[in-house]
Amino acid sequence: MVAGQDEGVATLGKAAALGLALGAAAIGFMATRRSSDDAGNDGDDAPDYAARRGGGDVTGRTVTIRKDRQELYSFWRDFANLVPIMENVTAIRPAGGGNDRSVWTIRAPGGRTVDVETEVTEDRAGEVIAWQSVEGSTIRTEGRVSFADAPGDRGTRVTLVIDYAPPLGELGRAIAKLARREPAVQARHDLKRLKMHMETGEIATSARRRDQTRAAQMDDAAAKKETA
Amino acid sequence: MRALTWHGTHDVRVDTVDDPEIVNPRDAIIKVTSTAICGSDLHLYDGVIPSLQPGDILGHEFMGEVVETGSGSTLKKGQRVVIPFTISCGGCFHCKVQQYSACENSNPAEKQDMSAALYGQPMAGLFGYSHLTGGYSGGQAEYVRVPFSDVGPVVIPDHLEDEKVLFLSDILPTGWMAAENADIQPDDTVAVWGCGPVGLFAIQSAILMGASKVIAIDHYPHRLELAKQLGAEVINFRETHVQDALMEMSGGIGVDAVIDAVGMEAHGFAFDNMLEVVKQKVGIGADRAHALRMALMAVRFGGKVSIPGVYGGMTDKFPTGALMEKGLQVRSGQTHVQKYTAKLLEMIEGGKIDTTFMISHRLPLEEAPHGYKNFKEEQNTWTKVILKPGMAASA
Repeated sequence: MVAGQDEGVATLGKAAALGLALGAAAIGFMATRRSSDDAGNDGDDAPDYAARRGGGDVTGRTVTIRKDRQELYSFWRDFANLVPIMENVTAIRPAGGGNDRSVWTIRAPGGRTVDVETEVTEDRAGEVIAWQSVEGSTIRTEGRVSFADAPGDRGTRVTLVIDYAPPLGELGRAIAKLARREPAVQARHDLKRLKMHMETGEIATSARRRDQTRAAQMDDAAAKKETA
Repeated sequence: MRALTWHGTHDVRVDTVDDPEIVNPRDAIIKVTSTAICGSDLHLYDGVIPSLQPGDILGHEFMGEVVETGSGSTLKKGQRVVIPFTISCGGCFHCKVQQYSACENSNPAEKQDMSAALYGQPMAGLFGYSHLTGGYSGGQAEYVRVPFSDVGPVVIPDHLEDEKVLFLSDILPTGWMAAENADIQPDDTVAVWGCGPVGLFAIQSAILMGASKVIAIDHYPHRLELAKQLGAEVINFRETHVQDALMEMSGGIGVDAVIDAVGMEAHGFAFDNMLEVVKQKVGIGADRAHALRMALMAVRFGGKVSIPGVYGGMTDKFPTGALMEKGLQVRSGQTHVQKYTAKLLEMIEGGKIDTTFMISHRLPLEEAPHGYKNFKEEQNTWTKVILKPGMAASA
């Protein structure tokens, strides 16, 4: 077996467990305040989240995908499609109530999961989808994905912006980064997986066997903890 | 199955490991009939490429028989195929513009960060070449899982034996692209550093592309002899001052195009190289770029620089002055294998390219560690080693 090829989540220590909790942030975590207003790069054309100073807890990423805007928008709009793309999400299902509510089931430490209910706050076909956690949710989350034409026949630029504040502040951020579950990292990986899924119909893995993929090992680790 | 696995610097072993299986729909499983040790495998053997893990299966030059196909594969069981070392999805921007070795989708998402930090953007997935390029199990094994098997594999007609076509996997297209990157014009004098397999194929390609003179530079007499047989003039850098020689042999103008087929582990006792040997030994991630420095000095003003030799990190004392003041064009990169395979297969079938002349040794897979050791230590005579999983081990 190729050792460490797909690092088993089962072996992650306590720090990583905290990291995992933070990983949930990849789909948008906490922080009701929008802190991008204090980004220090208002004088140029770069996005706020690329600022050297300020910018607070906003993180963002853009990926170019060779599909048209409408197709990508439609795929994302049906949130259930995102489950195989987002590593820390195990299920997304519609909830009752108005404002397009959904319940996201997110991996948490100890093989447990946490449910987060979100509502759609902005929705323009082929352009943008934004969501945030509903009032009273234990986890506060806010995210926005936008779609813009790329030059020529290059497809669509998909930008995901997430506003979050890690638990334990900078310490929490550092621990999460070590465990590679920092929301910015997770968001980047999620977007790469979205691109793979849309452009190739599958998600690349170097696993030699089906039970060695990251997805299989995460499920396996969760199952073991449940029975322990 | 049995497979050649990496365990540390100069420590490779043939182990028994799990067989691969179909994981994604576009996969195929290949039963390997022939595989080769590449010069770039020696960079892994020498531990100068980071991010290998004990147990990793090496090998990126291989071919074999299709034994299993996923629902999205276009291959059929029983077909003989050569597998490009570059794993390419065929659907991303880079694949669409035939820059297959820059495929955006073949390196798993969580593995892309390392090479993105090193190079600004992530590398594509490659077989058997460290976790920078995905951590894919390589071809020095009995079986290999081949992702995107509808894009890369080259189906081989039955009448062409393995040894004629195996090098379509890497070194033949790499040598060809090296010559193409040198933008060879009919009157050009071309200098090639390194008469390993890639250098030899670059020489052959440059001659086919109409170069008026090709000059090969190495220090192993047997390798220089092979270059001579292809029609090159040769320089032994142990015996000759290369810069002086190239100036004279190009009529005092400098050579029109240079090809560095050496890469990051240059040989020789020049001061810059010895300093970099020490840096590599103590683990400072330095490339030994002596061959490239020589090439940049030897090329004429306005000339062309092609770099097929593998570099992985950074280097010091790089002649930026020569690069700028001389107005050089530099082209390089991992080979876009899939762009060249159809044309090169046709040239092999038509007898225009000889691919077998450099093969010096054929070993059973079980003797692969012996092959690595000698390919590294006996470079004069061990010019190319083919491993055969099906061949019985000598007692």
